Amino acid sequence: MTATSTLVTKDAPRAAGRTVRIRGARPGFWVYAGLAVVLVASVFPLYFSFLIGSGDSTTLRDPGRSWIPGGNFVANAMSVVNDPAVNFWRALWNSVWSSTIIAVSVVVFSTLAGWAFAKLRFRGGKVLLSFVVATMAVPQQLGVVPLYILFSEIGWTGQVGAVVVPALTSAFGVFWMTQYLQQAVPDELIEAARVDGASMIRTFWTVGVTAARPAAAMLFLFTFVTAWNNFFWPFIVLDRQNPTLPVALALLQSNHFVDYSIVLAGVVLATLPLLLLFVVAGRQLVSGIMAGAVKG
Amino acid sequence: MTATAIRPPSADAPPDRPVRVLSFSQRLSRWDLRLSPYLYISPFFVLFAIVGLFPIVYTGVISFMDWDQVRRSGEFIGFGQYAWILSQPKFWTALGNTFSIFLLSSVPQLVLALFIAAMLDRHIRARTFWRMSALLPYVVAPVAVGLIFNALFADKSGAINGLLEAIGIGAIPWHVEPFWSHVAIATMVNYRWTGYNALILLAAMQAIPRDYYEAATVDGAGAFRQFWNITLPSLRPTLIFVVITSTIGGLQIFDEPRMFDQFGRGGSAQQWLTITLYLYDVGWGDWNFGRAAAMAWILFVIILAIGLVNLLITRSLVRDEGSRGGQLSRRERRARRRALKREEARR
Repeated sequence: MTATSTLVTKDAPRAAGRTVRIRGARPGFWVYAGLAVVLVASVFPLYFSFLIGSGDSTTLRDPGRSWIPGGNFVANAMSVVNDPAVNFWRALWNSVWSSTIIAVSVVVFSTLAGWAFAKLRFRGGKVLLSFVVATMAVPQQLGVVPLYILFSEIGWTGQVGAVVVPALTSAFGVFWMTQYLQQAVPDELIEAARVDGASMIRTFWTVGVTAARPAAAMLFLFTFVTAWNNFFWPFIVLDRQNPTLPVALALLQSNHFVDYSIVLAGVVLATLPLLLLFVVAGRQLVSGIMAGAVKG
Repeated sequence: MTATAIRPPSADAPPDRPVRVLSFSQRLSRWDLRLSPYLYISPFFVLFAIVGLFPIVYTGVISFMDWDQVRRSGEFIGFGQYAWILSQPKFWTALGNTFSIFLLSSVPQLVLALFIAAMLDRHIRARTFWRMSALLPYVVAPVAVGLIFNALFADKSGAINGLLEAIGIGAIPWHVEPFWSHVAIATMVNYRWTGYNALILLAAMQAIPRDYYEAATVDGAGAFRQFWNITLPSLRPTLIFVVITSTIGGLQIFDEPRMFDQFGRGGSAQQWLTITLYLYDVGWGDWNFGRAAAMAWILFVIILAIGLVNLLITRSLVRDEGSRGGQLSRRERRARRRALKREEARR
């Protein structure tokens, strides 16, 4: 088993985004200054929302306001959490479980299908794969009307299940895993397993799943972030009593528009979980994007 | 399994032989071999058929109907819904707004992303840290981005107008003037996506062989010239990818304009009404699903058309790696470089 995984990873680094080709000598001041501007631009809006979220209702309008956070963040956060119209805890819980189920499901189904497309020969495989890739251009809007009719037919409008089910598969995920497995698993390895009499499912389990792990981790992260931040469809199909976090934020704005300090405290609360995820797994996310690019 | 998997395959299959899984069928169940691939892709396709394919087709059907959501049935009326949409001035305003926001976001975003990628491509310290800092906005929900920038862009109390007044330019009516509302919304989009695109472009930049640049330096090409003649042409496939994906995403824009005020209807005079916002309004404001479905199809056709136009533009603007007109080819340049080195050595 050990030998198997080393063999697999040896071919994988390119796909894992670890291409470390470095250009030229250490750059000068201006490059760091430019990158510092990017850093500030990335962080400032988040800091700003904490700044206003920790003040009171006058902070935003105060022209001479300080750039040091005030002491009202907890109070503002409490009024978000306790707002009966927003259902914050329910929204948080809904976001957590729905995003997790979606990400797990996409990873499992994509790995299975990606393995078949990348490493198994079967009639119609190529046509089906190009069909899957082509559907990535279809806008979400093209599906929402019939999906809404479908879910209201079975009484699921207002249920988070109606958000989960349409997202259980992803054409992007299949494409991603196919690409990765094609590069990461040498065909000889599969052959070896097959010669030794491993069944198809066993080959998939020992060779495929082992090799797919890094790509699966990245796909999980991407799908989780996308599901967590999705707004259009949840906004259509969910209602005030049972929202996800973005839907709850939208409700917060229509209730508290005049009081930005409460709205932005809510933004901070709703953004924190993903910020934590980013701190923990940001490296992975970065290398995932680097690997997912179409290289010339 | 442990012992068997690592045994070299040489005994049964010479490593150079092209892989033919079928040739092992004598030792295996034929059904396992034949059915497994279909079994593995079927969960995806079954689900996809229900939640992906069926809705696309059914949207087409509904778009030809006068749909009654209370009775959950419709009456066939042909192209009536399409004609209605195309006759609405609101639709054309929304179309114009969508394009305006799309252009204001995608063009500066790409230029900035290229610039950031070029900086990240240098031999910098704390590489991962800078990359992560560029990607940070990507994890912030568009709704949250909308709310934050709303506070920044508020007409009377916003920090941006405060700054503009402080330096003597004067406040800008972000929520009144169509153009300025588009700029504000485009800023939100750019905030979230510029770093993401920069990382994609960076990956492609790192795949460019470094001796291209060395050779160009030897030939006396400056930094700008190198960027124009080496970096950009090599990035072409990635640029096309980024342009197409940002077209697909940009024309569907909903979250940011929806959050731009508390009513979410695209402004008092439809200053920032977009197609998807209008679609939502027709579908779940007027409860007219036939019209919403027709609008979804119109949007799809527009996306396909613009995607195609963008593909052509990008392809003709950025020259192919193989055809640097007038420039020396890679081989020629290498030969030249070698000759130069030889000459230097002789001296």
